Amino acid sequence: MNRVRSAAITLVSPRGAVFLLLAIMLVAITVLNPNFAEPGQFIRFVQRVAPIAIVAIGQYFVIVSGEFDLSMGALITAQVVIAGNLIGQDESKSVPVLLFMIAFGIVVGIVNGLVTTLLKVPSFIVTLGMMLALSGGVLFWTGGAATGNPADGFRQIGRGGIRDVPIVDIIPFSVIILVVLLALAIWFSKRPFGRTLIAIGDSSTAARFAGARVWQVKTTAFVISSLTATVSGVLLVGYAGVHPSVGQGYEFIAITAVVLGGVVLGGGRGWVVAAVAGAFALEALFTLLNFAGIPSTLRDAIQGGIIILAVAYSATTFRARRKGHSTQTLPPGKEPDANDGPAQPAPQMSPATGSEH
Amino acid sequence: MTTTAPVLSARGIEKGFFGVTVLKGIDIDLQPGTVHGLVGENGAGKSTLMKIIAGVYTRDAGTLAVGGTEKSYTHPLQAMRDGVATVFQEFNLLPERSVAENVFLGREPRRYGFVDTKGMTRRTSELLAELGIDFIDPTASVGSLTVAEQQVVEITKALSFDAKVISMDEPTAALADHEVELLYGIIERLKQRGVAILYVSHRLKEIFDLCDTITVLKDGALVSSGPASDLTTDELVRRMVGRSISTFFPPAVEGTAVGDVRLAVRGGGNAHIDGIDLDLRAGEIVGVAGLQGSGRTELAEALFGAAPLTRGSIALDGDTVTVPSPRRAVKQGIALITEDRKAQGLALNQSVLDNALLVVRAVFPGRTGAARQAVPGVLTSLEVSSRGTGQEVQFLSGGNQQKVVLAKWLATKPRVVLLDEPTRGIDVGAKVAVYQLMRDLAKEGVAILMISSELPEVLGMSDRILVMHDGRVAAELEPGVSEETVLAAATGTLRSSGGEVAL
Amino acid sequence: MSTAAVRPRRRVPLDSTLIVYIALIGVIAIGAILVASVGRNFFSEGNIRDILTGMSVLGLVAVGQTLVILTGSLDLSVPYVISLSSLLAAETMKGYSGNIIQGVLIALGIAAVIGLANGLIVTKLKVNGFIATLGIGLIVKGYLDTFYKGSSGSVPAEFQYIGATGIGPVPISTIIMLALATLVFLFLRRTRTGHHIYAVGGSLDVARLSGLRTAQPIIVAHVICSVTAGMAGLLLASRLGVGSPTVGSQGGYDLLSIAAVVLGGTLLAGGRGSIWGTIGGVAIFAVLNSVMSVMQVNPFLKDVVRGVVIVVAVAVYTGRVIEQRRARYGTKEVAK
Repeated sequence: MNRVRSAAITLVSPRGAVFLLLAIMLVAITVLNPNFAEPGQFIRFVQRVAPIAIVAIGQYFVIVSGEFDLSMGALITAQVVIAGNLIGQDESKSVPVLLFMIAFGIVVGIVNGLVTTLLKVPSFIVTLGMMLALSGGVLFWTGGAATGNPADGFRQIGRGGIRDVPIVDIIPFSVIILVVLLALAIWFSKRPFGRTLIAIGDSSTAARFAGARVWQVKTTAFVISSLTATVSGVLLVGYAGVHPSVGQGYEFIAITAVVLGGVVLGGGRGWVVAAVAGAFALEALFTLLNFAGIPSTLRDAIQGGIIILAVAYSATTFRARRKGHSTQTLPPGKEPDANDGPAQPAPQMSPATGSEH
Repeated sequence: MTTTAPVLSARGIEKGFFGVTVLKGIDIDLQPGTVHGLVGENGAGKSTLMKIIAGVYTRDAGTLAVGGTEKSYTHPLQAMRDGVATVFQEFNLLPERSVAENVFLGREPRRYGFVDTKGMTRRTSELLAELGIDFIDPTASVGSLTVAEQQVVEITKALSFDAKVISMDEPTAALADHEVELLYGIIERLKQRGVAILYVSHRLKEIFDLCDTITVLKDGALVSSGPASDLTTDELVRRMVGRSISTFFPPAVEGTAVGDVRLAVRGGGNAHIDGIDLDLRAGEIVGVAGLQGSGRTELAEALFGAAPLTRGSIALDGDTVTVPSPRRAVKQGIALITEDRKAQGLALNQSVLDNALLVVRAVFPGRTGAARQAVPGVLTSLEVSSRGTGQEVQFLSGGNQQKVVLAKWLATKPRVVLLDEPTRGIDVGAKVAVYQLMRDLAKEGVAILMISSELPEVLGMSDRILVMHDGRVAAELEPGVSEETVLAAATGTLRSSGGEVAL
Repeated sequence: MSTAAVRPRRRVPLDSTLIVYIALIGVIAIGAILVASVGRNFFSEGNIRDILTGMSVLGLVAVGQTLVILTGSLDLSVPYVISLSSLLAAETMKGYSGNIIQGVLIALGIAAVIGLANGLIVTKLKVNGFIATLGIGLIVKGYLDTFYKGSSGSVPAEFQYIGATGIGPVPISTIIMLALATLVFLFLRRTRTGHHIYAVGGSLDVARLSGLRTAQPIIVAHVICSVTAGMAGLLLASRLGVGSPTVGSQGGYDLLSIAAVVLGGTLLAGGRGSIWGTIGGVAIFAVLNSVMSVMQVNPFLKDVVRGVVIVVAVAVYTGRVIEQRRARYGTKEVAK
């Protein structure tokens, strides 16, 4: 019974709430539209979520290390346009261009990471600057218009799949890629490097004193983020086509998904699976609203409300958990006298009324 | 003898945290226009008493009267409004704002509804003048001032509340000699104004220079409270220190042998320490004593590469090495158990297991598998009690947290272990575990440097004792010396043989 | 033995606002040379007017954004507030000059309410500014997308004069913007709330310990920010003659205003900064923009330049070292 109880508690905590939310959404959708539960339909839903879920993975690593990546959307657009322009109708160019795109993504990530860690510019600013540079640079290169869709072979990655599969009829490539990436992400987050990344997000001081090379680890997170944006771009080429607004706003969607998944904006806490679940929950919510007949233009408004509620929920439940330790009136300084108390010399009162919000 | 009414009077103050009594039955009277020294070792309760007076803590029992009226503060601001101000070691200032803006933060004077900046600046100048300060510009940003000047700003802030009582917590810990003189001058002026000053300090020279009355605390209890003229330095030290040794210090494990020099430093120095010559041998425990601000932590951080040496050399097992970063130190087998485990030693939101593996994962990732297997065993042998290795360390007691820190470093199999206040803020049981661990490590040939403010600990565990003062090693003492001797060396008042005389 | 003699010489840090204006002069100098090289005059009346016009809208938004960033928060909802305000004004005015006041009041009133919502979410729900204003912005965007398919409303000619006319080379809109900047500057300097804005941004703990009501400055900052965004919307409506649901987001005013504020020397974490620094930042962007236009630099490369400039500027600012512990010994050998 204890395990059931602790599982239930996790479900309601910020960490696990997203899974509960997702489950509720999926059930609600199925109620409104029983076809949804058909494997064939459901797998197409997953295909739709794939690009978002993949960038959520990348943004997760950046956020859990304590930073932001606002350049994702612009990078996706850039990659999509690169694919469209460099491959053209020549299928043989697919592989070299793909390799180039990956290299480009890695370079962007490295620049983001190094400027943040070595030049000590806040990542908000760095990735903002990168966003401007990328969007301007790409549009400059193409003269403002992306030239149509690339060869079919390349587009198949985003829109095609393994056909004639029993039950589900088709397993889209994007779903396979998502599953693979998620597995990789889970594996990575359990590796020493991944755990060091999370520790850095929690306390970069403690990590530094433990001998971690903070700059290297954070830069890797940015590279991961840029690579996931690249992959997402590849998928979107097939799924959404090539035009300049593809990918716009993806960084904010990714951040929303990650936050919905209970990851704290500041780093050190959070589970990559929850971030992906956040992406699914978000898309499920939009699907639900669609089936309920709510205009798609309200999508953004709903997303806005959700993100505020999700973070507020985290903030308030955190507060409740730390009840015994909150309300410290003095800024946390060095620990005073040795015998001032075992764990924390917690001041035993709260600030006077009238001086608080 | 004139009996003026004390401006602040406390009787029977008691305070405890989590069931541990920290203050019992403290009485204190502060007379206007006098300096009242509060002395005692680390852990004696000085800081707690000061915070109760300041309104940061609420007392569990006892009475506190200010100006004859019984008071009970729940916020420092209430105390300040009553004229009871405190200058803490951690300043409460906004570095980007000017002196005047900081002094009047929250109470900015207004004229016709608008902030009267000229008036604020003028008033600040007046207050500074009252303190005899003419070289601080009220419009300068606080961040551009030296530490001593920032302290003056804090005192000015107190004065702006028309303070009748100003408590100062180790005010000279970060000051150079000439700045200490500045403070003396300010205190004199405050006395003339009729302010009562509570002066908490380890520096006995200053205590005797400044104080009219001295109150001695020991282990949370009042030892004595009387005129400074009744005391000599030796008598004061005796009252601060003399006690029965109640903590058990395990002796050296049989077979421990002090071997070759493992860590050798010659002429080491940087911005905070100077002239460090040090030989740390395998199997040896060297204790480092000294007052706050004497450079002990800086020494440890220099050896660990967190704040590296800029002059001098380090040799490990005979080979000259450089230690420019913690990573390099760790790779060469040096470990540092930091002073502030919450900010530097632990990632609080991570689990016990993740913290125990923190260094291995960061520096020796290949060994993670083996280390993970070993961790539960290490935790058990250290008797870490937690709800499994998955519990977040922030929920552990101080003692258990420290054990996790130790487990973290044990996993790297270091050859040199530096410990900075290893038993600070932990219960007796955990302390013993730490001591035993140190002995076990020594047996295995690890060279150990232990910084500690607890004299019994230094005396009970060290094979040799180094005493630091003002960034230098002031004395090297044998383990058999008395606590008074160590304290004397640390306060710079050592006169007898057994070490250099430090000024 | 005297106390004054041995005082260490303090390193006086160069005021960051001063740095911005030095940089501005540098940019103008380089710009003037570049422009001359293609046979145009940087200082011609037309060119100056273009630059000043370009400063007005962003300047209005950036002034408000400065306040919010000073408190340690952010406002990402400004583009949508701008669009909404332009629509509300244009629709209320319906082309009649008698409705001008009504239009302005409604637009700014709604903007203020949005700002209040932002401020309350940040202070009461304890959600950080990034998320709170991102959320509110998206909600407003949803509203705009649902109820407006394109431009709407009509701005009367009298109101359009504001956007179109000027005194010599100086447009009325720039004068309004500078007047606002001055007001906000005085607000920061001369009111308690202004001082407290700096305090809560500098250190919430110090502010709280000093007895400040920490919510008030934050809420006020957010309200003012949204109102200035509303004013920017009014200005744009004046120029376009209609209200538009996309004029705010098309201009990228959220990230550009943050960039101008940061370029102007305000710390992203809050606690330090000045309105005039921000205006300097806005001016630098406007000059860059203008020079690049005259040089016929591809419009897309402009974004690249802007991106690089922002990052470099912040890198330079954060290069200033803050000494934590006072050094006891120099790096040279110390004689025993």
